[in-house]
Amino acid sequence: MFRRTLKAFRSQPQGVIGFALLLVWFILALSAGQLVPYDPLEQGLPPVREEDSPVRQAPSSLYWFGTDELGRDVLSRVLAGAHISLALGFISVSIGLVAGSTLGLVAGFYGGWVDGIVMRTMDALLAFPGILLALVVIAALGTSIQNVMIAVGIAIVPQYARLVRSLCLTIRELAYVEAAHVVGSGPARLILRHFLPNIVPPLIVLSTLQIGQAIIYGSALSFLGMGAQPPTPEWGLIAAKGRDFFRKAWWISTFPSLAILSVVLAFNLLGDGLRSLLDPRMRMMRAADQ
Amino acid sequence: MLAYLGRRLAQLVPVLLLISLIVFLVLHALPGDPAMLMLAGAEGGAVSAERIAELQEAMGLNDPLPVQYGRFLLGILRGDLGESIRLRTPVTEVILERFAFTIQLSLGGLVCALLLGITTGVLSALRPNGWTDVLFSLMAYFGMSMPLFWLGLMLIFLFAFQLKWFPPSGSEGLNRLILPSLTLGFVSAGAISRLTRSSLMEVLHEDYIRTAQAKGLARHRIVQRHALKNALIPVVTIVGLQFGGMLAGAVVTETVFSRPGLGRLVVQAILWKDYPLAQGIILFMAVLFLSANLLVDISYAWLDPRIRFH
Repeated sequence: MFRRTLKAFRSQPQGVIGFALLLVWFILALSAGQLVPYDPLEQGLPPVREEDSPVRQAPSSLYWFGTDELGRDVLSRVLAGAHISLALGFISVSIGLVAGSTLGLVAGFYGGWVDGIVMRTMDALLAFPGILLALVVIAALGTSIQNVMIAVGIAIVPQYARLVRSLCLTIRELAYVEAAHVVGSGPARLILRHFLPNIVPPLIVLSTLQIGQAIIYGSALSFLGMGAQPPTPEWGLIAAKGRDFFRKAWWISTFPSLAILSVVLAFNLLGDGLRSLLDPRMRMMRAADQ
Repeated sequence: MLAYLGRRLAQLVPVLLLISLIVFLVLHALPGDPAMLMLAGAEGGAVSAERIAELQEAMGLNDPLPVQYGRFLLGILRGDLGESIRLRTPVTEVILERFAFTIQLSLGGLVCALLLGITTGVLSALRPNGWTDVLFSLMAYFGMSMPLFWLGLMLIFLFAFQLKWFPPSGSEGLNRLILPSLTLGFVSAGAISRLTRSSLMEVLHEDYIRTAQAKGLARHRIVQRHALKNALIPVVTIVGLQFGGMLAGAVVTETVFSRPGLGRLVVQAILWKDYPLAQGIILFMAVLFLSANLLVDISYAWLDPRIRFH
């Protein structure tokens, strides 16, 4: 077991680091406030020295990440925010994955006018780059963290539709798939037996990377005031509230931002690791390099 | 070339129609009465029934949806995007006033991203797995994973408040453009760097590189004359896409740096529930992005004749 882990680490250091980092965040997120030193909503925590103000205290042995503009413990708030950001990542990517893959599968499998309609719609959605499409959805639904999840989910639908469709077009031309079609396999059998096994590995890679992206989008929307509302300990929102005090109290914005950075970094590392693990072309390239 | 141009423009028409439909539906699929929502959001407090009826009438909200969409489309063609409820000026006027700030920032960001990304990508590819490669890979990963707003805050803190090299915010002049451009550029540089690296490494394995080596060309000449040109083709193809990323990133960057561009304004418009304004800006940015993509495709087809006949 240990040997295998070591071997995996040697060939995929970034993937293993990403996985380990995520494991820590998951434990923190699932501990549901058990590992938090203070109540993340409690204001005016007692200052280290009695004569000081409880608000905007610099990091100390009592408050490792300092306290914020209302005297709340930043470390507790950052830890309490872990499950919000992780949930946001998973929920929005699930929305994008299910809706996008279905559309891509239908377009790629049937082709013709169905393909035309689906893909032109995706082109139109892609004309709103990145966070803009999420903004369009937020404008329609209103500002809240639930709507951010939906908005970010919709924003990544086109990526999945495009990937799945292009995979379908390639798979459709494969000799054994054509053979299966010729001997009379129906659409259900073709999709389940031949399409899905070829589509799933790239989807796992894309989803891992997209979760990181979704967390970036989600926290940016909260930073802009369109997502989580006070006093939710959402990372983007904490950073936004600390923005005005950045010169004198850098820790309020910095620690939640570092939390975002580490989670997104972990997903990106894991995604790239999975990609080289699951993509046979890259495996061969690595073999050729050695 | 002309035929290619015509074909590309013709392809754009249904996409533009769909975009306008999406933006239109956003305003009209709203739960509740848009007129009341807007007035409550824009003017605050109690809203009189006459004012609502007045706005409903002015916006033509009592007509059937297809009629409203038709009028919306005709308005766009005449350059009329309605009137901002909050600012009480035509949306087109507001956009024309502000879009230069966003274009400058996007282009500045793009230049930073390309300079940073291509340089680090090439240096990484020349010595794969060397210490520079590891360092730049790490930088690329950090850039891709970093929240834009925090990078902006840190740059302001460091270069504007500590070192006092640049002003912390504002809009006029080149030195107010540098920090926000760096912020935007750094985040996109990661992807460009990774792409340049893998592309150049692939090209360096090609036969014609081995031929160049065999005839005794110096390594820097091989890279400059033979490898780099081919390696940068995939990078050029994503420039249009990156420009879109810059437009989207401007939303956050302009807010952090208090730049009066469209990105910051669209956020305010949504928070004010000023739907005509939000709708107009979003539509404008989408068209801007499509035009940038078209421009990249055209120059690309012009450079590489194979594309035109595809």
